[in-house]
Amino acid sequence: MRRLGKRKGGADLVSQTTLTNAFDRRTFFIGSVMGGLGTLLAVRMGYIAIAENEKYKLESESNRVNLSLIPPRRGWILDRNGAPLASNRADFRVDIIPDRTPDPDRTMAVLNDILKLDDNTVADVKKRIKEAAGFQPVEIKSGIDYEQYAAISVRLPDLPGVVPQRGFSRFYPTGPSVGHLIGYVGPANAEEYEEERNALLITPGYKIGKDGLEKVFEQELRGVPGARRVEVTASGRILRDLETRDDTQGDPVQLTIDGPLQDYAARRIGLESGSVVVMDCLTGDVMCMASMPSFDPNSFSAGIGRVEYGMLSQDDRVPLRNKVLKGLYPPGSTVKPMVSMAFLKAGLDPDESVFCGGGLRVGNRVFRCWKRGGHGRVDMAKGIYQSCDVYFYHFAQRIGMDPIAAMAHRCGMGEEFDIPVTSQFYGTVPDPAWKMKKYGREWQAFDTVNATIGQGYMLANPLQLAVMSARIATGYHIEPRMVKKKAVDFGTADFSQEHVEYVRKAMSDVVNGPGTAGRARLPIDDILMAGKTGTAQVVGLNLSNGKTGPWKYRDHGLFIFFAPFDKPRYAGAVVIEHGGGSGSAYPIARDVMTFLFDPAKGMEALNALETQWGGTAQQRLDRKYRAFAAAAGESVKAVPARDEDIFDQVEAEARVAVRRQEAIADEVVTPRTETSASGSTPPPGAAVAPAPAPTPTPTGSTAE
Amino acid sequence: MSGIVPAPIARQPWQMLAPLCLLVGFGGLVLYSAGGGGWEPYAGSHLIRFSVFLIMAFVMTRFGKPMVKFLAYPIYIIIVLLLIAVETMGAINGGSQRWINLGPIVLQPSELMKPAIVLVLARFYDDLPVGMIPTWRALIPAGLMIGFPMSLVLLQPDLGTSLAIAFGGAVTMLLAGLPLRWFIGAGVAAMAIAPLAFFFGLQPYQQRRVFTFLDPESDPLGDGYHITQSKIAIGSGGLTGKGFNEGSQSHLNYLPEPHTDFVFATMAEEWGFFGGLLVLGIFAIILRWGLAVARHSNDRFAKLLAAGMTATIFFYVAINLMMVMGLAPVVGIPLPFMSHGGSSMMTNMICIGALMMVHRWNRKAPRSGIHR
Repeated sequence: MRRLGKRKGGADLVSQTTLTNAFDRRTFFIGSVMGGLGTLLAVRMGYIAIAENEKYKLESESNRVNLSLIPPRRGWILDRNGAPLASNRADFRVDIIPDRTPDPDRTMAVLNDILKLDDNTVADVKKRIKEAAGFQPVEIKSGIDYEQYAAISVRLPDLPGVVPQRGFSRFYPTGPSVGHLIGYVGPANAEEYEEERNALLITPGYKIGKDGLEKVFEQELRGVPGARRVEVTASGRILRDLETRDDTQGDPVQLTIDGPLQDYAARRIGLESGSVVVMDCLTGDVMCMASMPSFDPNSFSAGIGRVEYGMLSQDDRVPLRNKVLKGLYPPGSTVKPMVSMAFLKAGLDPDESVFCGGGLRVGNRVFRCWKRGGHGRVDMAKGIYQSCDVYFYHFAQRIGMDPIAAMAHRCGMGEEFDIPVTSQFYGTVPDPAWKMKKYGREWQAFDTVNATIGQGYMLANPLQLAVMSARIATGYHIEPRMVKKKAVDFGTADFSQEHVEYVRKAMSDVVNGPGTAGRARLPIDDILMAGKTGTAQVVGLNLSNGKTGPWKYRDHGLFIFFAPFDKPRYAGAVVIEHGGGSGSAYPIARDVMTFLFDPAKGMEALNALETQWGGTAQQRLDRKYRAFAAAAGESVKAVPARDEDIFDQVEAEARVAVRRQEAIADEVVTPRTETSASGSTPPPGAAVAPAPAPTPTPTGSTAE
Repeated sequence: MSGIVPAPIARQPWQMLAPLCLLVGFGGLVLYSAGGGGWEPYAGSHLIRFSVFLIMAFVMTRFGKPMVKFLAYPIYIIIVLLLIAVETMGAINGGSQRWINLGPIVLQPSELMKPAIVLVLARFYDDLPVGMIPTWRALIPAGLMIGFPMSLVLLQPDLGTSLAIAFGGAVTMLLAGLPLRWFIGAGVAAMAIAPLAFFFGLQPYQQRRVFTFLDPESDPLGDGYHITQSKIAIGSGGLTGKGFNEGSQSHLNYLPEPHTDFVFATMAEEWGFFGGLLVLGIFAIILRWGLAVARHSNDRFAKLLAAGMTATIFFYVAINLMMVMGLAPVVGIPLPFMSHGGSSMMTNMICIGALMMVHRWNRKAPRSGIHR
């Protein structure tokens, strides 16, 4: 080609021949380029189609075939009689997978047209979409009706990443009554998926246990997912099923809980904040573990909504805290039967008496009895049924703290139980070694005094109080259990039968005799309930008298009980936070036990109360929610990203609450009035109870 | 040429027409499958169009050389006017327009420009005195003749077609014997301008296509989707393919445009590597025949015309196949004779018709014996 290009002095060396030559050369060149490119293409195609055939075949198959997991139906949670406490309900639901949704706002707008979600829900869903790990499905709504489901299904090609499906959702028939006990289910979060790399966890519609028994029994309840292989088009339209394997439902878990009793107890707590535990004395079965106010686990399963969270977290009655396990209270006078057991074991003659003149000087301090005027001569039985503080001050000085602390542990205080719960607080049973270790201070006489009346450093949760009641009532080392098994043998008795019978009688007199809780008598002729009242002071005397004033400063009301008193079958404890004294607690115990022996009579009492309160617990919770949502409008603050954060926070607050109790531990406690009829207005339920029929007792004195 | 076959038929270049018909028939089968297993909507019209344009090609064969030479400039001017008309109509209607509606026919002037540019340049260089070849007189008018319609097409905007026009024109200029250093210089200049043109001249979506071509896996569901799915279709076909009507990529809509731009991938999925070799082989035969026609012509006009037409067909084939195999960015250029679409079929059949016409000229006036 050189000869073409040369231009010297304008003389062109181009001729027809050179041009023809050039044409031929260049045509050849172009032909070569064509041939070369053709070869390149053939080689390239061979490489893709032959060398990489396996890889692309696989990709083509994974394009064509869509394997989707069918979430397994969760195992039911049953009560002791086989009735469901948690079951599954078939429903239609719609989820969204953020990774596959290029424009969530637009998609949400379309879905909103169909589903008519409220603003707060939309804000919650959008927040979850933003925070989800992308591959994690976010529930938009479950329980949608068939028309909505169909409308979404039809528009699927325009809604990338949206998964409408027919599935099962968890259903708790008694709602808030079992909230703390059973917990709730929810979609797995990113960390749970990190921990357990199971594709099931990111399957739309699959929920795992988030709290309570749902969480503890996750593996049993889970079941085996089914699978469906379908042929799909690029737009996600399913052409045909290739293969389907059904899911296997998870195993049911049968509890020792008595469903109706649990629901009754929860509802009977009413407007108060507190807990009720009932145990079977023969087996240790926990029949009822109610903590109120509570949340509705049904509404948590899509994730906790901002309105609901706002309502629950702002409530000073901490509806998110399981008070049975994480509420620690000074047991107050409810420890007196236990202390009496310690005295008896230490060899104290129950007939040995002390004169109560309304107080006792220990060292240079005077400790008052709750009855300012004094009880006169008091022996052990009167010490229990009249709850005389001086009796216990006096003999505790003689016996010392260590035997009492040992007895407290033997009765279950300060102990953790082997039960399937996510966490339990075990409280404090103080003794000299403990105080030295914790505070570096010597044990003082007044510490013993405080401890014998269940104040000071002593703290227990309601379950421990119930266990204590059951152990004292039977004399056997009863272990609480929550999963139904065959009856167990509790070995030999802890206490001598003679001692047990003595304390039983004294505790029966609390209710049926000249005791402090006459109104707790069961309205059933042939069954006598025994019990012991307790009133626990929560703040110093300077702040409150314990009965009136700000709710937070009022005394806790406690009651431990068992029935029938001479042949204990059921035992339990009721704790009402800031109830203003034991008068808030034992009417509840009475009604719960009445329900246990005579459901119709129990319901009658409850119905009357619920009319006063404005509906059942569920109805009141629903109404409160609506009122809160209306008042809060759109200004509700968002929920913490993870459910765990919420419950960590709740637990932290529970610990703070316990700490507050310790603040007054060093103070001298002036015991509060231990009887319901001493002037304070009787609590609402009290009116139903018949007047106490005093049983003649050796001392002959009555409470008033 | 036995006596059984009538002479006018026997005279046709069957060494090219037979493979071409085979290719179109094969394309029909692929379109039958791409249409979901039916003659409608693609395969039937594809074959009908081919028949119509084949007749047109036979008609073109009858034109004599002087006639074609005479018509070269008028045809070019008419098409340029049509391009301007399209452009103004587009501007008036607000929005881009590429076609003119002429009753039953939808005419896309930019398509016609591809063979027309070759025709007019062949005429131009045929007229140009031999001595002027290395001078600016050979370059400037030709450059204008290419540049003007190119910029009109670019305005549409249609990058693929304007590149096709440029390619056809450039090959004709190259074969016309213009100094090689001009082409080298132009190549260097193009490389220098390319980054600028890329960042300032291209639409964002075109820029994205180039990026995804460089790294298709970066966005497998977005812009890389086409290339990825096309490769999956070709790769999963293997040696012998999944079988007629069995392609899942095309039937389940994973492959975009399975009947036009990505028809080769549709074919390869069902017919495998062997099918691909068949297509490549037929194109090789057609293009080789086209170059042979050019080489056997005995004047510059016929040579340049034939070679330019061959180059135009080649440009389509090369860009399309490189695109479907992930060697070039996604540009909307169909595969000749296989893709469904009237415009592309018309352009390519005009090229084939022109080649057959030159072939006839060659047969009527063979080169003198003393050629290589």
